[in-house]
Amino acid sequence: MIEVNILKSGVKRTLEVPKDMGLNLMELLKGEEYESIEGTCGGMALCATCHIKVKEAAPALSGPSGDELDMLETLPFIYKESRLACQIKLNENIRNLTVELVEN
Amino acid sequence: MSIKIKTDIAIIGAGPVGLFAIFEAGLLKMRCHLIDYLPQAGGQLSEIYPKKPIYDIPGYPTVMAQELVDNLVHQAEPFNPGYTFGERIETLEKRAEKDFHLVTNLGTEIEASAVVIAGGLGCFEPRKPEVEGLTRFENGKGVNYMILDPEQYRGKKTIIAGGGDSALDWAIYLSELCSELTLVHRSESFRGTPDSVEKVMALADSGKISLHLNTNLSTVHGNGKLNGVTLLNTRSNEEVLVDTDYLVPLFGLSPKLGPMEGWGLNITKNAIEVNTDDYSTNIPGVWAIGDINTYKNKLKLILCGFHEAALMSHSVYQYIHPGVKYTMKYTTVNGISSF
Repeated sequence: MIEVNILKSGVKRTLEVPKDMGLNLMELLKGEEYESIEGTCGGMALCATCHIKVKEAAPALSGPSGDELDMLETLPFIYKESRLACQIKLNENIRNLTVELVEN
Repeated sequence: MSIKIKTDIAIIGAGPVGLFAIFEAGLLKMRCHLIDYLPQAGGQLSEIYPKKPIYDIPGYPTVMAQELVDNLVHQAEPFNPGYTFGERIETLEKRAEKDFHLVTNLGTEIEASAVVIAGGLGCFEPRKPEVEGLTRFENGKGVNYMILDPEQYRGKKTIIAGGGDSALDWAIYLSELCSELTLVHRSESFRGTPDSVEKVMALADSGKISLHLNTNLSTVHGNGKLNGVTLLNTRSNEEVLVDTDYLVPLFGLSPKLGPMEGWGLNITKNAIEVNTDDYSTNIPGVWAIGDINTYKNKLKLILCGFHEAALMSHSVYQYIHPGVKYTMKYTTVNGISSF
């Protein structure tokens, strides 16, 4: 299992996730029914409705791909920590991951 | 002058499931009129991932999303559907059984015997930048979030804000029509299609586009109608006031349930509760099919929506023609011209 910390309105919640289910962070957050995570396109980095901020992560977390950056570029506002949750795979590379939800 | 449309079934949403409902209703000799807030048919397939392959449509090992939409539109053609695009149903009034009155945000009225909501995830509404007072200039007062009729901008001063392909493509197109075209983008560079980026840069060099990079929309000005926008350069912190007739922020779309929340439907977690016997809602005469509905073991799949469209159509037929016995006819036996 891996742990993912979720920050929402200043409150931190820790979720335990199996690392071998091929889940991505958008699917996890949607499953937990966070309303700001819509995941309209299903996880193809094509809609930017799972925009979040990565506050902390182990260096092994891969950076955003070109497609993800293209999609983030279409949003009215982004932050330097902005990512699309659907592009963060929850696998054994994930350690110390803390993400913050933003209004989408 | 507002437009009035009469139909058997008003279908809210022109995504794949709404489109297939035309066919299923058509086999029962019921005519449909579809209304969608997007400017074209296809819902999220056309709007978000037209060039992505879909693998779980029975009979198609793989099909491009836009190809599926085109085929569904083609398949529905024999049943003469009507379409209203770029408008959103604001009010749904049940005046009596089999007598529904729907009105769009632009005043188009639709009278229908039954209503089918095939709204997917809801209306794709434009993302709005956080600029104070922006909403004052919506609805014809200068701020538009999508371009429906480019001719509207001919000879006018226009500011486009955004950095995606849609912003780039419209900037290129409108630079020919507008008297002045300003493109505002919050970053240093564009990440759109290289060809489009190159064109925009060339148009900026030749003075056809006034390009403002590292720039945000700061303040909107006008008395009743938009006449100017203050832009803030985030590097130099300098502000500049640009006179304009139109401001078009193009920051993509995000789905919202929208006005249907107030129609008296039972809604759970942004989806409409239905009876799985026929996908009817708590309001007699109103059905909900596809991703917009919810029930035990619901799967949000296009193929499930197609099944729901078939059962819904037979239920609507019974509602419109109570007591009339219908003998199931198969298209393989009869073709579709006899329906």
